[in-house]
Amino acid sequence: MKLSREEVKHLALLARLGLSEAELERFREQLSNILENFETLQQVDTTDVEPTAHSIALENVLRDDEPAPSLPAEEVLANAPSQEEGHFKVRAVLE
Amino acid sequence: MDLCRLTIHEASELLRHQEISSLELTQAVLDRIREVEGKVRAFVTITEDLALQQAEAADQRIQKGEATPLTGIPALIKDVICTKGVRTTCGSRMLENFVPPYDATVMEKLNACGIVMVGKANMDEFAMGSSTEHSAFFPTHNPWDLSRVPGGSSGGSAVAVAADEAIYALGSDTGGSIRQPAGFCNVAGFKLTYGRVSRYGLVAFASSLDQIGPLTKDATDCALVMNAIIGYEPRDSTSLPYPVPDYTRSLIPDLQGLRLGVPQEYFVSGMQKGVEEVMNSAIAKLEELGAEIDWGVSLPHTPYALAAYYIIAPSEASANLARYDGVKYGFSVQDAESMWDAMEKTKQFGFGPEVKRRIMLGTYALSAGYYDAYYLKAQKVRTLIRQEFDQAFERFDALITPTSPTVPFKIGEKVDDPLQMYLSDVCTLPINIAGIPAISIPAGFADGLPVGMQVIGKPLSEETLLRVAFAYEQATDWHKRRPPI
Repeated sequence: MKLSREEVKHLALLARLGLSEAELERFREQLSNILENFETLQQVDTTDVEPTAHSIALENVLRDDEPAPSLPAEEVLANAPSQEEGHFKVRAVLE
Repeated sequence: MDLCRLTIHEASELLRHQEISSLELTQAVLDRIREVEGKVRAFVTITEDLALQQAEAADQRIQKGEATPLTGIPALIKDVICTKGVRTTCGSRMLENFVPPYDATVMEKLNACGIVMVGKANMDEFAMGSSTEHSAFFPTHNPWDLSRVPGGSSGGSAVAVAADEAIYALGSDTGGSIRQPAGFCNVAGFKLTYGRVSRYGLVAFASSLDQIGPLTKDATDCALVMNAIIGYEPRDSTSLPYPVPDYTRSLIPDLQGLRLGVPQEYFVSGMQKGVEEVMNSAIAKLEELGAEIDWGVSLPHTPYALAAYYIIAPSEASANLARYDGVKYGFSVQDAESMWDAMEKTKQFGFGPEVKRRIMLGTYALSAGYYDAYYLKAQKVRTLIRQEFDQAFERFDALITPTSPTVPFKIGEKVDDPLQMYLSDVCTLPINIAGIPAISIPAGFADGLPVGMQVIGKPLSEETLLRVAFAYEQATDWHKRRPPI
């Protein structure tokens, strides 16, 4: 599986991950190499095999809807890079 | 008596009889940290003031006769576990200044036991790596040979226990991150059944694989930490709602009646001769202790576990790490043209190369057109690997393998070759895929470097694995050897 530069750029865009030109080229080579090695998976016969997302058989875990105190807002906001009047401050989403 | 060298059970006895105080024990550990930390660099943060306060509180509690076996015992916590008021970096620039507003469940439990926390342990960034070289801050060095890696990602935790900078440590294991460094540093490390320990407050890497567990100086200490941290907890919806036994009751010094299997697939390609020799003697010792050994077990899907793991884990990571957008907490690039530009730059400069590589790999495996061929295929192979283990455990009480195919490698040897680095987890990652428990214990030495033995069991068979570990320890003294620093 040889990835093209364009494919690597597209992946970075999907992940919203900024990459330098040098990183783009490095990841193109390394990811191509890794994916090529992982093609061995296609040798495994998985006809009629169900996928496993989780190793334990727990389903639809629910809890009682009981009110409980939340963390104090000022403690949560203490780590915020930018805040205003008790809120996280974000950039304009719509320009 | 060199107090920092004590195990939990030895120190706990002395504390209970008030032959030593927690303050003395803690001072001894802090002195040891000052002595060797410059060489090994196991700590991201040393919490000396907190440790001394906690030691004083522990001494008062002991005097009142209200001690538990962990009261007043100095421990190191991997920096992926949230500690209220103490920065939790995950070995990343992204969280370099992050101070959690809450404690992880395991910290609530250990605080209730009267822990003395001496610091936070260095690790591969976001627990992605097998050598601790992917820490954004500095690599950790193996105390058995400072030019070699300690393994990873819980390298700081393993080194601190091996070098007596902590009496015990917590790590996390997604594909071998407790067991492989435990094996490389000559300590015990336990990856418990998935769901046994609450993941609440554990910074997520791959949620279906991550599990917190102990790194200790012996099997008895593992049992004591397990008694404290295991149990159902509603804030983690994958937490198993089962009762918790007293694990110290499983410490039985013989293996009469136990059937142990040795899967051939773990003894091939790339395995060092010295490791194989240690394993052969170790397994012969288990037989002497009364176990019945079958050397010819086969788990034919084992060779596909590596690819399945390195698709599943990065896929989950790419989703989990999308949260680091520079808005709510963590590193944030403010000097940007737009919201998207700020987000992209935050990740570009906040994450290191291995984390970026895995985000890219996971994004690829989950993207339109490749989902079926990669992610879904890997999940189906995951089913086959689990079924194969289930079938083996109909015939065996536990399986025995090396923890790693090699002894600790040189710093710098694999850091630029991701595939070679991934291969160092080849013996440990099938266990996470299957969600089953496995312990690594000191098995012997090859060329003066530690070799770990992995004991694997069916879900919730932790007691059997402790029994094998304990019996082997009683018959050998590998776990008592200390590194020459």
